[in-house]
Amino acid sequence: MKWLFCLPLLLLLSACDGGLWNNPYPAADKGRPIYYSAFTERPKHLDPAQAYSENEYIFLAQIYQPPLQYHYLKRPYTLVPQATSAMPVVHYLDKDNRPLPDDAPAGQVAFSVYEIHLRPNLRYQPHPAFALDAQGKPEYQALTAKDLRNIYALNDFKHSGTREVSAADYVYQIKRLAHPDIHSPIAGLMAEYIVGLKDYAAMLQKAQKAHPAAFLNLHDYPLEGAQAVDEHTYRIKVYGKYPQFVYWLAMPFFAPMPVEADRFYAQDGMREKNLTLDWWPAGSGPYYLSENNPNQRMVLTKNPNFSGEFYPAEGEAGDREAGLLVDAGKPLPLIEQVVFSLDKETIPYWNKFLQGYYDASGISSDSFDQAVQVNVGGEANVTDEMNAQGITLSTSVATSTMYMGFNWLDPVVGGDSERARKLRRAIAIAIDFEEFISIFANGRGIAAQSPIPPGIFGYRDGEAGINRYVYDWVNGAPKRKTIEEARRFLAEAGYPNGLDEKTRQPLVIYLDTTATGVGNKSRLDWLRKQFDKLNLQLVVRSTDYNRFQDKIRKGDTQLFYFGWNADYPDPENFLFLLHGAQAKVGKGGENAANYSNPEYDRLFEQMKNMPNNTARQKIIDDMLEILRRDSPWLWGHHPKDYVLRHSWLYNSKPNKMANNNLKYLRIDAAQRDELRKQWNQPVLWPLWLGGFALAAFIWWFWRALRQREEAR
Amino acid sequence: MIAYLLRRILYAIPILIGVNLLTFALFFVVNTPDDMARMQLGIKRVTPEAIAKWKQQHGYDKPLLFDARAEGASKLTDTIFFEKSASMFVFDFGYSDDGRNIAREIQTRMMPSLAIALPTFFVGLFIYITFALLMTLFRATALDIAGVALCVLLMSVSGLFYIIGGQFVASKLWHWVPISGYAGGMDSIKFVVLPILIGVIGSVGASSRWYRTIFLEEIGKDYVRTARAKGLSELRVLFRHVLKNAMIPILTGVVVVIPLLFMGSLLTESFFGIPGLGSYTIDAINAQDFGVVRAMVFLGSVLYIAGLILTDISYTIVDPRVRLQ
Repeated sequence: MKWLFCLPLLLLLSACDGGLWNNPYPAADKGRPIYYSAFTERPKHLDPAQAYSENEYIFLAQIYQPPLQYHYLKRPYTLVPQATSAMPVVHYLDKDNRPLPDDAPAGQVAFSVYEIHLRPNLRYQPHPAFALDAQGKPEYQALTAKDLRNIYALNDFKHSGTREVSAADYVYQIKRLAHPDIHSPIAGLMAEYIVGLKDYAAMLQKAQKAHPAAFLNLHDYPLEGAQAVDEHTYRIKVYGKYPQFVYWLAMPFFAPMPVEADRFYAQDGMREKNLTLDWWPAGSGPYYLSENNPNQRMVLTKNPNFSGEFYPAEGEAGDREAGLLVDAGKPLPLIEQVVFSLDKETIPYWNKFLQGYYDASGISSDSFDQAVQVNVGGEANVTDEMNAQGITLSTSVATSTMYMGFNWLDPVVGGDSERARKLRRAIAIAIDFEEFISIFANGRGIAAQSPIPPGIFGYRDGEAGINRYVYDWVNGAPKRKTIEEARRFLAEAGYPNGLDEKTRQPLVIYLDTTATGVGNKSRLDWLRKQFDKLNLQLVVRSTDYNRFQDKIRKGDTQLFYFGWNADYPDPENFLFLLHGAQAKVGKGGENAANYSNPEYDRLFEQMKNMPNNTARQKIIDDMLEILRRDSPWLWGHHPKDYVLRHSWLYNSKPNKMANNNLKYLRIDAAQRDELRKQWNQPVLWPLWLGGFALAAFIWWFWRALRQREEAR
Repeated sequence: MIAYLLRRILYAIPILIGVNLLTFALFFVVNTPDDMARMQLGIKRVTPEAIAKWKQQHGYDKPLLFDARAEGASKLTDTIFFEKSASMFVFDFGYSDDGRNIAREIQTRMMPSLAIALPTFFVGLFIYITFALLMTLFRATALDIAGVALCVLLMSVSGLFYIIGGQFVASKLWHWVPISGYAGGMDSIKFVVLPILIGVIGSVGASSRWYRTIFLEEIGKDYVRTARAKGLSELRVLFRHVLKNAMIPILTGVVVVIPLLFMGSLLTESFFGIPGLGSYTIDAINAQDFGVVRAMVFLGSVLYIAGLILTDISYTIVDPRVRLQ
């Protein structure tokens, strides 16, 4: 029986790789430049036409190669070529397709044509879809059930191949946005812009209906708005002037897609094995997905066919001093492999980072005090404990805004009346978002003065950028107006001391939120307290996600929490959230507050097609003034991201717009191995102590048993 | 016995239909097909056309239970309920709403769940029974009282505490095993040792007390007195005679859970990063993925019924007087 007690220990020792006992990675990884990270939620889609979430882009942005990308180091965010030899050239045409000058007013421009020249020698990752047999014919394009019997992953195919990326592949992907079997989230939006895309979807549907079993080769169906000119050049034709279109060209929606891959996955029996384009990408980016187990780990491996991209030679001020230009000119990517492990819980994730098994980490609220200390000047630094481990901190303001919206259609808080405006303004003063950030976000955020976050054109720093309806500029910093002032506005709105002038009943404001449970109670209690300052009653209507979305769509709310992450770094992507034509109610847009102001809408139309210059800034200033006066949102805050990284990780710089950052990172694997060894030596005395205790117990027990038997 | 088993299997069919209907009703009371589409399509830029297209493609554009506009049997068969449920009776689970093959997913996730559940179950059973027998052996002594007190103490601590405390001590403080993660084959051992240990310790209190009660009831019976009178040692009396005669109540509680071991444990798998089935259903409920929810509830029901049948069969093995008719 004794062997049973020793079994776990024996098994444990047999499983040890001769290295550290708590190392979750194989011994073969030792010394290799591998970047270790984690993901908390499995990606839903890996098809570049469908994926639109951050947890999907973290993989896709490394695998696919859209035409453009954001400069890794420069700020403000700047688009630069990725797969192209230069930035796209734009030509404007009138309604009869006659060329217009580059400075033609937006009203005259009927079409914009983007001509895109690809770099030569871009090649796809090794993929069985490109494999050729001895006769030079595709090897895996006519697979039978027998061929697929033992195939469960792409690695199970014996052969793979590659080919050069062509302009036609980029056109093919644009056409896929309208494919009847694909739910591209931007299909509706792009159908409004790309010429012919709306009708193209109907054409494909008809073609599919006519031959439901046949593979739908999109090359056979021309699209006016996307055409290949030659092997390395293609054109995209969009309606009107849409300067923001170039930003979409930096997203995986516009990455190349080889028809071979589409045809390969369309074969019978592939879907049953989870072999789909939505699961096994076929890209030309710096990495390819070599292991795909979203329940455990996902591994990106350097694409051996990737070339022609180099670490940037210039950045913003301070980058050289920070060592971010040491690798200037080196071919990318700098690390061999990226291993993402699934870690749903924050405690194991955090501890693995501290043990050196993750190279970088965010900071959860639970670990914040252990990781970060804020000095008297308000500057955040790592604690001494982190410092001793060589961990450094970088912070950046996210290109996001988290706000509370008033429903413009609500008879109490909504609408354009002076009464409602003053009521909203009073509430805006009373809700102290600085306090909220301090209590609930550990200071990780800045109180918003408008929808536009820092780093986006149109944002103004300092006195010029404050919301004068809520703040005063005092001693070089914004200071929230006093609660007395808020009460004065409230009285002028017809609610002296929070009571309705006519009915003498307290004013009740209803908050619709998905925040439920114990975890959110403190936040909601804090919010009630803010309303208490004005003697207003806040009633929280907690609801599930579905009902909340439904209420928002129908306009059955009064006050609600919402947020927005930028698609691209342009003020249009934030200001459109308050454009009348984007109202949720009736129009199904993104304006959840249903705000409507004709003057604002007019200025928006004027601003959206302009280049970033002083004239555009002036219009944005005017628009923000209207918004601040009307106060359809409580402007909330722009979150600040804190990232910790170990000393062996180089070239890490937060870039809130780009997702393809892994190719720039460098790892000193020898230093990591050495430090891991120092930090993770197994502590053996408890094993010895436990062994002795167990032996002593067995001896004592045996003695007691014998005495008992003898006594009988 | 075969007739009995066939009868039990036939009884299972209406039960499974009922479970299916109940799952369907509960799911669609909370979620509409539109909600499901929105959940899959995301928050940003979702158009009504995209929702309609998603529903049509996933078969959620039909009436839920009854199609009044259809003719004949189609009134019942041309519905979401029929189309999503009928295939499950031949164990064709179809696809999740994000397009993955559910059967394949279950196959992949089952092994990691079993890698923890089976050792936890069998090692645990051995330890609980041994501990309970020893407490019975030393009944009414200080050792028994200390054992019972220890059981009560262990029962009173939350399972989450064992997990977090175990991770803190064994992984963070002493660096014995990885704090979370998983690997296939022999490499899995170092990842599953701690969850197994915690799983066993977490249930020691309740299980050992339960078995102790069973054994104490047995120990007063005549056959035990006879065995002692024959001069058998106390250990032999307990492990040979008392244990054998206490098997019926033990099997009642034990055999029924064996098939359910496939379903894994949500908390353990989540904290230890084990890619098992434990979180599959919960993730599916959160993602409003009806395909996965119905498949997992159906599978759980089938396994539970199988567990009950196995329990009945096990009675006949341990007690020859029991006959299944």
